[in-house]
Amino acid sequence: MNKIDFAVGIGGENGQGIASTGNILALIFARRGLHLNAYNAYQSIIRGGHTFLTIRASNGPVRNMGDQIDVFIPLNQDTMDRHLHLLKSGACAIYDKDKVTPGKAADGVQLCAMPMKELTKGNKLAVNTAALGATLQLLGIESEPLETVISRQFKKKGDAVVAENLAIARAGYDYAAQNFAAFSWKAPRGAKPLGIITGNQTIAMGGAAAGVKFYAAYPMSPSTGVLMWMAAHARELGIMVRQVEDEIGVMNMVIGAAHTGCRAMCATSGGGFALMSEAVGMAGMIETPIVCIDVQRAGPATGVPTKTEQGDLWQVLGAGQGDYPRVVVAPTNQLDLFHTIPELFNLCDKYQCPGLVLSDLLISEGTTSIDPDDLNFQVKIDRGELILPNGNGNGANPASGYNDKTYLRYKNTPSGISPRAVPGVPGYIFTAATDEHDEDGTLISDEFTNPQKRRMMVEKRARKMQGAIKDIAPPKLFGPEKADVTLVGWGSTAGVIREAVEKLAGEEGIVANQLAIKWIVPLHAAEISAILGRSKNVILVENNQSGQFARYLRSETGFAAHGHIRKYDGEPFMPHHIVEAVKAQLAGQTRLSVPVHEVNA
Amino acid sequence: MTAPVAPPATTEPGQLTKETYRGRIHPDWCPGCGDFSVLAALQTALFELGLQPHQACVISGIGCSSNLPGYVNTYGMHTLHGRALAVATGVRLGNHELKVICAGGDGDGYGIGGNHFVHTMRRNVDLTYIVMDNQIYGLTTGQCSPTSVKGMKTKSTPHGSVENPINPIPMAIVGGATYVARAFSGKQKHMVEMFKGAIQHKGFALVDVFSPCVTYNKDNTYQWFNPRVKILEEQGHDPTDFHKAIERGYQWGDEIPIGLFWRRTDLESLEDLEPVLHTCEGPLAFRPLGISPEQAKGLIQELL
Repeated sequence: MNKIDFAVGIGGENGQGIASTGNILALIFARRGLHLNAYNAYQSIIRGGHTFLTIRASNGPVRNMGDQIDVFIPLNQDTMDRHLHLLKSGACAIYDKDKVTPGKAADGVQLCAMPMKELTKGNKLAVNTAALGATLQLLGIESEPLETVISRQFKKKGDAVVAENLAIARAGYDYAAQNFAAFSWKAPRGAKPLGIITGNQTIAMGGAAAGVKFYAAYPMSPSTGVLMWMAAHARELGIMVRQVEDEIGVMNMVIGAAHTGCRAMCATSGGGFALMSEAVGMAGMIETPIVCIDVQRAGPATGVPTKTEQGDLWQVLGAGQGDYPRVVVAPTNQLDLFHTIPELFNLCDKYQCPGLVLSDLLISEGTTSIDPDDLNFQVKIDRGELILPNGNGNGANPASGYNDKTYLRYKNTPSGISPRAVPGVPGYIFTAATDEHDEDGTLISDEFTNPQKRRMMVEKRARKMQGAIKDIAPPKLFGPEKADVTLVGWGSTAGVIREAVEKLAGEEGIVANQLAIKWIVPLHAAEISAILGRSKNVILVENNQSGQFARYLRSETGFAAHGHIRKYDGEPFMPHHIVEAVKAQLAGQTRLSVPVHEVNA
Repeated sequence: MTAPVAPPATTEPGQLTKETYRGRIHPDWCPGCGDFSVLAALQTALFELGLQPHQACVISGIGCSSNLPGYVNTYGMHTLHGRALAVATGVRLGNHELKVICAGGDGDGYGIGGNHFVHTMRRNVDLTYIVMDNQIYGLTTGQCSPTSVKGMKTKSTPHGSVENPINPIPMAIVGGATYVARAFSGKQKHMVEMFKGAIQHKGFALVDVFSPCVTYNKDNTYQWFNPRVKILEEQGHDPTDFHKAIERGYQWGDEIPIGLFWRRTDLESLEDLEPVLHTCEGPLAFRPLGISPEQAKGLIQELL
């Protein structure tokens, strides 16, 4: 089967219904069995401005938004002016002939001017629907799927609205058949129908699968989608969901719930995480497992709330004062987020420490196709040495009296892990203190004479990470062992780097391989050093200005990358950004490439 | 040296005595500190209410008074400066069968923790909040606090404070607290009654306690309070009268009321209003994890 890969770009003002139009299209593609990736470049305003949604679909894997647009739907003049010059021969632009005037397009670009007023009978809100009809016609997709999805989408608005939109979609579909040339290829069909999902949804669903019973948040873009999913499903799934006064309260409340034995989780973005950081240290100190997701956006401070970045690595590495064990992980895509959350909860329960997830706007708000069979909610659950009153914990319950005051919550063990009872269990009374404490929980911070105990407790906590690293898979090299260049990335860039590796081999004759790093703390430094030590040219690709991961890699392994590709304009990498930068670096032109995002300002 | 012999273990609840509530260590407060009286009153209240130690969780922030959980033999948490109420809300929602008692100082609760104070009250979370109010920062050796009176000279206000203090009583009454009381370390028996009422109350209960700092507050001492405090219960105050409660809450000077200012029982607590807690499955913390295959099927259906 030939691989057919195409993308539709829809742009206009916020409030022009771009998200719902994109949703209809994504559903049609997914139901057809196509893999897809949708990325919405938008602004932090509710009405007006410019927003541009790219939906790329294929019968093969789709790991990012891609490099080109095949169907361009500018809903206003501004969008036409910003993007038309990027269209290549073979692409087409669908627009309202009365509202939008095309500028200079490349040769071979089909300009599909539509009489929208006529086709929509003057309903300005339905221009998108007519354009959708035309799009499907050009892609060689029959009209029934559009009709099905439209009926569902507009069902709430009543039969009249459904009927009107169906008629308009059909009018657009037929107009395109009579007036425009369809693509020489047809949108293919996949093996089986797929669904669509965002990363914020997979985070929330991963939490539900892991058994999260408590979720708290303060709304903050681009993490709010997790809160909305949790709130919508709270009662059905038996999850306590709270919107709290600030992120300081969020983390403290999550720790309180986790301390009682709940699996508790929260998500935020960099600014909210900054407020949480003292309390993350508390989770480390009182050894209470919690999971927090930082959905990174472009910083610092308020930064660019609707734009993506990988700029919070050092914030998460250094969150909170002092040394304490934590697990930090940067999942690589939406499905990986789903699988990682339960795995991280198991690690946090076992090692009794905070678990921090680095997501970003790109994968959290980005939509992907999903095979329902990949969403297995019946996950492995390991709660470590937890002692619950009803015996549901898997910690051994040593015989203890009701009030004998002998339990050592912070017992100094070879693994550093101490049996963990929760409030409500008879006979295990203790106080969890953020001051340094002895094995039984009593404070030693006020004692002048106890450097030995302080050292013992610091080492007990630190020792837990020696066990944790054995439970974490080391990163694996993708591609040929011997290569001209090794591309290293972390977190959400894995997909676009993978495609760049394939493009370098397929189109440029450059043999590249890829090391995608997901588990950040603890880090498999020895394995990474061994892999990178065999490479003659290592280029680190990351979505920030200062090379945060490059610095971390050097601090943990002593390995300094040979070259860097960094993007910090708020937009994600596209494959060609990486391909061109690698070519320039291999040609000796530079060691630091900063790809330019080509949309007209 | 011989190994310590553990007392015989019992698998049945033991006979409760006042001794039961004594913590593993003795307080390291300054001799004469008002907090000793608060600790004794709390232990007496727990004993008189017959609460088993494992059924209660005492949660504090940071400060001299916040060391209290370590001195009480119940489950305890000694959290971060200002965060006791946020942590306590999480504890209550995670296990709503626990009696939760928060304790801390005026700086902890009304200063750095002010935001949580306001929002925990409006949510009417079912817990007791004991504020040991000494109108000074003691652990940092004597700086001005949110309840320091205007003009007070402290190490951070050597020329006298120019700021108006917070008055926690009216603030709590209008903030949504449903049990608002004040006690004084010099009147321990009265304090026990205030605590018992607070612990039994369903909803957010504040007991602000004048707990003199004998080291750093030379203005608001036992000697200063003793002739001034007047017990509301002895004056026929009606705690269901909102306007009277506010009026008495503002009273300061030669006569300062202590006692129960305000109580209402018609408002449901946050826990009452959350259906997730009322499924007959017990506390969230002890329920089985994960979701059923039927639930999973429903979630997946939403994506197709």
